[in-house]
Amino acid sequence: MSSLFQHRDPMLKKRDDFEDILEERRNSSDLRYALKCYTPVVYKGVTPNAASLLKTTVLQSDQLHYVVDQLSKETGVAADVIQEEASAILEEMAHRQQLSTVRFFAFTLSKAFKALFRSIHVNEEGIQRLQQAIQEHPVVLLPSHRSYMDFLLMSYILYTYDLVLPVIAAGMDFMGMKFVGEMLRMSGAFFIRRSFGGDKLYWTVFSEYVKTMLRNGMAPVEFFLEGTRSRTSKSLTPKLGLLNIVMDPFFKGEVFDVSLVPVSISYERILEETLYARELLGVPKPKESTSGLFKARKVLSEDYGSIHVYFGQPVSVRSLAQGKVNRCHFNLMPRHIPRRPSDETQCFVNDSAYSLVRAQEENMVLKPWVLLASLLLQNQSQGLLLDELTEQAVWLRGLSREYGAFLNWPDHMAPSEVVSSSLSLHRDLVKISGGRVQLPCSSPITEEELMNQAVVVLSCTSYRNQALHVFLRPALLASAIHIATSAKKEEVYNSFSFLRNMLSNEFILCPGATLQDFEEACYLLGKTGALQMSQQEMQVTDSGQKTVNFLTAMLDPFLQGYQVVCRYLCEEATEALTEKQFIPAIRTFIVRLILAGSLRYYELLSSDLQKNALAALLRLGAIRKIKVYVGGKLPTQKAVAARL
Amino acid sequence: SILLILSQCSVNSSVFTQEIMKWNGWGYSDSRFLFNKKGQAEFTGKRYRLSGMILPSLKDWFEGTFGASLQHKSPATVSAIYIYFFNAVQPPTLNEAFVEDLKSVGIPFSHDAEDRVFRAHGHCLHEIFALREGKVGRVPDLVVWPNCHNDVVKIVELACKHSVCLIPYGGGTSVSSALECPPEETRSIVSLDTSQMNRILWIDEKNLTAHVEAGIIGQDLERLLNENGYCTGHEPDSMEFSSLGGWVATRASGMKKNIYGNIEDLVVHIKMVTPRGVIEKSCLGPRMSTGPDIHHFIMGSEGTLGVVTEVTMKIRPMPEYQKYGSVVFPNFEQGVACLREVARQRCAPASIRLMDNEQFQFGHALKPQVSSIFTSFLDGLKKFYITKFKGFDPHHLCVATLLFEGNREKVLQHEKQVYDIAAKFGGLAAGEDNGQRGYMLTFVIAYLRDLGMDYYVIGESFETSVPWDRVLDICRNVKERIIRECKERGVQFPPLSTCRVTQTYDAGACVYFYFAFNYRGLSDPVHVYERVEHAAREEILANGGSLSHHHGVGKLRKEWMRETLSNVGMGMLKSVKDYVDPNNIFGNRNLL
Repeated sequence: MSSLFQHRDPMLKKRDDFEDILEERRNSSDLRYALKCYTPVVYKGVTPNAASLLKTTVLQSDQLHYVVDQLSKETGVAADVIQEEASAILEEMAHRQQLSTVRFFAFTLSKAFKALFRSIHVNEEGIQRLQQAIQEHPVVLLPSHRSYMDFLLMSYILYTYDLVLPVIAAGMDFMGMKFVGEMLRMSGAFFIRRSFGGDKLYWTVFSEYVKTMLRNGMAPVEFFLEGTRSRTSKSLTPKLGLLNIVMDPFFKGEVFDVSLVPVSISYERILEETLYARELLGVPKPKESTSGLFKARKVLSEDYGSIHVYFGQPVSVRSLAQGKVNRCHFNLMPRHIPRRPSDETQCFVNDSAYSLVRAQEENMVLKPWVLLASLLLQNQSQGLLLDELTEQAVWLRGLSREYGAFLNWPDHMAPSEVVSSSLSLHRDLVKISGGRVQLPCSSPITEEELMNQAVVVLSCTSYRNQALHVFLRPALLASAIHIATSAKKEEVYNSFSFLRNMLSNEFILCPGATLQDFEEACYLLGKTGALQMSQQEMQVTDSGQKTVNFLTAMLDPFLQGYQVVCRYLCEEATEALTEKQFIPAIRTFIVRLILAGSLRYYELLSSDLQKNALAALLRLGAIRKIKVYVGGKLPTQKAVAARL
Repeated sequence: SILLILSQCSVNSSVFTQEIMKWNGWGYSDSRFLFNKKGQAEFTGKRYRLSGMILPSLKDWFEGTFGASLQHKSPATVSAIYIYFFNAVQPPTLNEAFVEDLKSVGIPFSHDAEDRVFRAHGHCLHEIFALREGKVGRVPDLVVWPNCHNDVVKIVELACKHSVCLIPYGGGTSVSSALECPPEETRSIVSLDTSQMNRILWIDEKNLTAHVEAGIIGQDLERLLNENGYCTGHEPDSMEFSSLGGWVATRASGMKKNIYGNIEDLVVHIKMVTPRGVIEKSCLGPRMSTGPDIHHFIMGSEGTLGVVTEVTMKIRPMPEYQKYGSVVFPNFEQGVACLREVARQRCAPASIRLMDNEQFQFGHALKPQVSSIFTSFLDGLKKFYITKFKGFDPHHLCVATLLFEGNREKVLQHEKQVYDIAAKFGGLAAGEDNGQRGYMLTFVIAYLRDLGMDYYVIGESFETSVPWDRVLDICRNVKERIIRECKERGVQFPPLSTCRVTQTYDAGACVYFYFAFNYRGLSDPVHVYERVEHAAREEILANGGSLSHHHGVGKLRKEWMRETLSNVGMGMLKSVKDYVDPNNIFGNRNLL
């Protein structure tokens, strides 16, 4: 959408250099570091005593009073009773950041990080930009979310660089871990319930709490646009609630501007790797509990490689909204009366959210293993000879750089060394025998065998997925050319548009940017010589066949997956089906197909893909949701589904 | 200058106000700021309290605030003589038939270049800047001086008959490009100068009204009424030069509106000459329920419908007692909260104004040299008390100036009430003197822009009205926007961006913004200035402010009228214009 994120040639993207912050930790006292003098610069317009007055300000706000009065009139409950309730909600929610706890974390995390990771790389220029932004305007930090580690890591980095510690919107599930929950609260987390859709009072307290912190400018507010940790390493469709809240003070003129800072956190090896895979395969997520966390201590003995944290360019809400949101619309009603955002505003917030997630994606650092995983997944059955793998990886390195990937490939090392060190870090996921590297999957007989192998495959896909955003648009085009009935540009565009539309629950594809994505894809494929374009026709060149094959293969599991879901709905599903039944049923269906040898992608067992496919079909109107007495039922419209 | 004045009608002396006024700057020719040989600022002339005084701290403030230097001068490049006698002004396009008829009805007129240029502009920055550079655009082709209502009727009839464009001219203090001649106008443009219609026709002491010709200048009206023991109490900042007709045509507002009301509250009856004939009501009833008030088509019509010739307005006995006052607040937020409370309790004095910190410092820079060691010692003591003892931060504190009027006892009572409220918001009484100086500055501040322009500094003020709950937000955001825009547009020095709250209402306040910057290094400073002002206005509108509180729309702010009034609203105004003036005789193209 916005030119702020547009780069015509991805090769020209300028990115900052990294510094390893663990290096100093390894050379000096952690205790002294934890007790260092900490005097961050603050927002120039900060309200004095903002922190101590925070709760009072929220509880006495016009916004809250209005809603309390309204609820009292609606329900007949006395206003002070509701006000009490509001007070209790705030108590449950609010953070209690204190420096001593922060120092405790600074100390313990130093120890833990040194044990777990080889290095934590941070772009210092990004830190400097952030420091500047913090002084100028209220700041919102928007990190990507791949691990529980994310927000501790963020606070740790800000503490290291003497920046104001953020207050972080965290899911209530953390509160289950009593002691840890309180510790997190004291380090700056505030807790929100996972769902509170209709609860006006809760919503008001919550949004007022966040807005007050922004208006006062006491600390950056941090939350995860994706709403939850991505189990697949693909970016998730952004949630708009909090983004709406943090933009609101700008729309209403309560602050001059708000800076949004996308932060990309890339893990070489994710702590929760197999946990996620299990979850996607249907083993339910273990409830967060303190004892569970301590069991996780064994992870401390493992090597999780390095982390890269990239603080992106701060994005001014004011510039984003320029010409898109008419702030005059907020003139005609007192600002404390809650109102549904207008369509114009909704649309703007949605577009912004997508652009911000894209900005996160762009600055994700890709390790060589990501390329290896992509290649190994495409050669699951036979695997690749080590030399072949190295050769292919070098080829893919070139291609991904052409496409603008932020690849962290140690160029000073021989490619074979790079490959072998990557393989050794991820030795749990690969099998090397007789110079042949492959994923450990060999025609399973039982469902249990299959599931065990699928865990490994899904772990691998989570690495491949990290690179998807780089190849996605060209891959859509490659697949579009493949399925189009002719080489006519128009035909190809139609196929592209169809695929893009269908997969837009799966990947981050900005709404309304089809043409732009198409052009970008054409440009990239054309630039690398894989595609020849005349006025009307587009043709894959001989030399481009390899690229195009790779790209189509990358998207193939997803297309297969959607097909299988359709097949299931057409062939197997009885007249109507509840949402709850869907996942287990389709899983059984796919297991059967794989065991019978008629389906080769284990990753189709991922409930993420199945849910996305269902959502897409729902959105496209191929299936319909009907509210019956018990839950939603999904009748299919076979005609549309059959087109897939 | 040469005036072509026909003999039948005697032209009143005030046609010559033009003689004692600057032609390319503000106000009287004898009154101006300058830096003397010692580098000290002084204000020349004898007309104001500040006249003849040395202002020792102005230079430092001026250089410090703008990064300007007395070494870098940018004087007006052209002398008057150049403009007038070397054909810089286009020769007039005269409508001979109209001129002939004008002669035959005996109304004085002139097509002298100086007279025409003088009436071709108001006091927007770009207008004055152009004059200083000797650039003159389209100017009126002819100036006429009607002497009374009937003269105006004749002129308008002739204009209709001969298809001539009329632009009414009162005091020439417009700041909305309202007096600019539309360059696309092909007809002969006639400036209708109302200055000769300057009599008080009658005073009705029973009803406390006066019937006045609309060309009268504010200070003359007040002086003449004062001689009879009365006043209107209408004191816009421009009252030395602006006219009654101009006030009506722009919906003017006076400093003391809290007691006397704005122009719409003061007016009882209006007579206006339009191409369709004369519009007026049939009686002097104080209020009527007779459909929409036709006065409200006239007030704010900005010369697009006709010429206001006579006005009956309310008068009051002169106040028995006046007292100035001032309050210092620890910060602007507290000051606004106090003004809001004063408005809530409806106990606003005749005038109450709140300056932000930058303006407070500016006001400080205009303090004249103190005459005795004692006063200087006292000043030092005051400063010590406020900043050290009371702990006010000199970079945050701000000042409200007050003016009370009425009978002595009530004034003192009222004063106490207001100071008590102020105390609740941390306000400290800061003396009469500061208050009085604040109001005096109102009249000399306009002269200061000319001084700035001599040293590469250009600036302007603009205003808005806004609901109470948005006052602080709009002040912060607009000031910030100005600073940002200046930076983005290549201004090399930080600008002065400041504001004050000048009027309180039940539901909101009037806010004034002042903005000036050093334009050294810019190739087209006026363009930069205009873009910044434009951005500031957008910011005002986006923050719930109005397009204008009392300056009017003119041509400067026309582009926002539709979104301000809605399509239907525009259509209503348009249809009135179409009915009243179908041939666009009053063709200044303001407003719509």
